Amino acid sequence: MDFIIAKYNYWIYIILMMIGLYGMIAKNNLAKKVVGMTLFQTSIILFFISTSVKSGGATVPIVMGDPHLHGHVIPGTVHAIQYLNPLPHVLMLTAIVVMVATFGIAVALLMRIYKRYGTLEGDEIVEIRKQETAS
Amino acid sequence: MIWQLDLILLLLVLITGIAALSVRDLLSSAIILGAYSFLMCLLWTEMGAVDVAFTEATVGAGVSTVFFVAAIYHTTRRTKD
Repeated sequence: MDFIIAKYNYWIYIILMMIGLYGMIAKNNLAKKVVGMTLFQTSIILFFISTSVKSGGATVPIVMGDPHLHGHVIPGTVHAIQYLNPLPHVLMLTAIVVMVATFGIAVALLMRIYKRYGTLEGDEIVEIRKQETAS
Repeated sequence: MIWQLDLILLLLVLITGIAALSVRDLLSSAIILGAYSFLMCLLWTEMGAVDVAFTEATVGAGVSTVFFVAAIYHTTRRTKD
């Protein structure tokens, strides 16, 4: 029980990721599939960002210099424990840009599919394609 | 990081995520997805990742919502599930 409560955030990330996977697989509408893909990607980015969090008053990774030394840092006074780990932030910044690019491509494909078939429902598109190949 | 705020924001993110997938109108789905993205941005600010948070606020909650609404305007709002 302690294992479940102490790591509550990880359980919520897993639930969110599975909701996105359900949306991608089980929803029939193509726009709803795109929404599921966005949920899936943001949950993974959220998990990676949460690995950079430190307890005990760590702040944003901007090194604060000494005001008496015109902002210079006295060697040996800056410790890694005072600041959050910036590596996951930078990696996930790239992932957000990739996420928006895939979203834009998906939306453009939705518009092309609607122009061709007149609907966004997956089963109706399959039905139209069957009729086209039969005739 | 305040764990009460963290838990409230996580539950709100969960609710908006389920709502964005389950509403039967694509325009409502797009707007709820924008709210989801902005709540995600608040969550990242609270975790100390400010650079990721403002990228998400501009690009995720802003540009993605505009793209999605424009696409729905050009196609259809109708959905069966």
